Amino acid sequence: MSTWDWQVFCKETTSGDVAPSCFGSGGDITYLDWLLSAWGWTLSVSVLALLVALLLGSLMGILRTTPHRGLVLLGNAWTELFRNIPLLVQIFLWYHVVPALIPPLRGVPSFILVVMGLGLFTSARISEQVRAGIQSLAGGQRMAGLAMGFTLPQTYRHVLLPMAYRIIIPPLTSESMNIIKNSSVAFAVSISELTLFALQAQEETSRGIEVYLAVSGLYFISAFAINRAALFIENRVRVPGMIGGGGH
Amino acid sequence: MIEIKNISKWYGAFRVLTDCTTQVEKGEVIVVCGPSGSGKSTLIKCVNGLEAFQQGDIFVNGTSVGDPKTNLPKLRSHVGMVFQHFELFPHMTITENLSIAQVKVLGRSRDEANERGMKLLDRVGLKQHAHKHPGQLSGGQQQRVAIARALSMDPICMLFDEPTSALDPEMVNEVLDVMVQLAQEGMTMMVVTHEMGFARKVSNRVIFMDQGSIVEDATKEDFFGKPRSERAQQFLSKILSH
Amino acid sequence: MLALDFAFFTPDVISGYIVKGFIFSLQLTLVAMIGGIVLGTLLALMRLSGKTWLVMPAAAYVNTMRSVPLVMVILWFFLLIPLVIGRPLGAETSALITFTLFEAAYYSEIMRAGIQSVSRGQVAAGYALGMTYRQTMGLIVLPQAFRNMLPVLLTQTIILFQDTSLVYAIGAYDLLKGFEIAGKNFNRPVETYLVAAVLYFIISFSLSMLVRKLQQRIAIVR
Repeated sequence: MSTWDWQVFCKETTSGDVAPSCFGSGGDITYLDWLLSAWGWTLSVSVLALLVALLLGSLMGILRTTPHRGLVLLGNAWTELFRNIPLLVQIFLWYHVVPALIPPLRGVPSFILVVMGLGLFTSARISEQVRAGIQSLAGGQRMAGLAMGFTLPQTYRHVLLPMAYRIIIPPLTSESMNIIKNSSVAFAVSISELTLFALQAQEETSRGIEVYLAVSGLYFISAFAINRAALFIENRVRVPGMIGGGGH
Repeated sequence: MIEIKNISKWYGAFRVLTDCTTQVEKGEVIVVCGPSGSGKSTLIKCVNGLEAFQQGDIFVNGTSVGDPKTNLPKLRSHVGMVFQHFELFPHMTITENLSIAQVKVLGRSRDEANERGMKLLDRVGLKQHAHKHPGQLSGGQQQRVAIARALSMDPICMLFDEPTSALDPEMVNEVLDVMVQLAQEGMTMMVVTHEMGFARKVSNRVIFMDQGSIVEDATKEDFFGKPRSERAQQFLSKILSH
Repeated sequence: MLALDFAFFTPDVISGYIVKGFIFSLQLTLVAMIGGIVLGTLLALMRLSGKTWLVMPAAAYVNTMRSVPLVMVILWFFLLIPLVIGRPLGAETSALITFTLFEAAYYSEIMRAGIQSVSRGQVAAGYALGMTYRQTMGLIVLPQAFRNMLPVLLTQTIILFQDTSLVYAIGAYDLLKGFEIAGKNFNRPVETYLVAAVLYFIISFSLSMLVRKLQQRIAIVR
């Protein structure tokens, strides 16, 4: 195996010259510039998809715990549908099939389609967590809320959801870390994110190991940052007197 | 105040309540007892519509519970309920537990709600714990807060579902004391409990249930003096033997 | 609205394009499942051994695998294996090796939880009967751990089956690739991706129903 060549990141992508500052100038960009912009795409796709997933996943998870059969069925069907088709196939559906079947969506940028694809895929998993979180609260809490004269939506808003979300912070954290990793499938529809960068830069520079190490490192850092943020949130919302709580 | 008329309830094919009829007059204290699985908790939860029933109807202050057009949240806001496992909201402080429904359901101002809450908290002797969360209180203290929470809605009657059976023995009396005081002030109460001392002291009538039916519905003098049914006699001898 | 036309899905097209890819996807799933569970069990035993020189490398391996996207792992192995063995390797073989080693990390976490779910008293009972470590693990602990975790292991296998589609990154000929090529050759990408999605759904959904049934059976046996 040959020696390391980290200078590859300072090369300009068109000329192949090494830029002294390691950042491109005069219209050309270096591989480092490209890497950082790819990281930006990965983070953008992940964060937006996470928002979509949290919103729809929460809604579907909540529906599955209501006393209305129709709503339960809808939530269940949604969850099973998006959980049982591989993510890559779902991305292809969004990219090739949805615009073909729904003409108004033809002009939508592929970035948005990938966000929807990754978001809906993850919403099925979050719906599972939300449902489990609500069901882990003893049925008594629901009754106590209703007995106070709360309507069902108020019972969810003030009684069930605040505790359910606290309980499911750990699994939601790992889903958030998963979404960063799963955003890598966006390469398949030419989103210029980290994995596509890895494939193309490896091809162009033949310094695959350096390129892959940098990309893997950025995935790791991104997931780690989410993990820390989640721990911070978990500590902030901890309820005194509960297990692991603050005491008197 | 509460009229229960020919209530029957099934879980699938299993019949949990069979043709239950009774009533609670204003200011009355009714104790409901019976072996576990006799349907007494289910019956009391039917009163404010927390459990649905398939036959019969219940009227609270003249309002039908079984009528689909009835505004159940509104009805429940006038009926206080205390649960076996307290069911305080664990993520809120005691103050918030006492004020949230006053603000969100009754539309009171936050200041008004807090003032009413503090008054009731003082009454159950827990004023100094107002800033704490439920998990930081003992079971007995939590149940007293739960009673104060129900009272904060100015209910026209109170339902108690085995309020002392999840408590350590040394905490039972602090809760019963609050309930006795409430009864003596004239609150209309329906209480599912095995505390026969409480029944003797303040109840007007005792209802004995077995296998989903009301077997005995008598004044406390009659119930403790000469229970008619054999099952009630057996139950009493078991529960009073120690 | 585009008119869908599935008429080109003749038996010839199916046997020509789809079956080959389907067989590889199944093969990849089975090899990675069996290899992954065996390796994963070894990794789990290493992590629970209490010996630092075994715990550390096993933990490092599992955590590294779990912190990198599977697509990147597939690319890494496709790059590294030829460097190590000194000759190029087909995408399919590379995928078989990658998935086995990658899934081992995930199965090991499941087996670790499974082993920990067996009470300490069982280990003590094994030793008390004069069994060695190997016998206690092999005859007492692992069978129970495996049985307790069977539904979770199978659920992971369903995820694995879905993940096999990611060999797209190195161009291996799997089920999805079969559909893609058929779609390109007949200029019917919309229909082929739809059928692919339905097929994946039917397989994954029926397998997860089976796992749910199994779970209930196990719950009853306990």
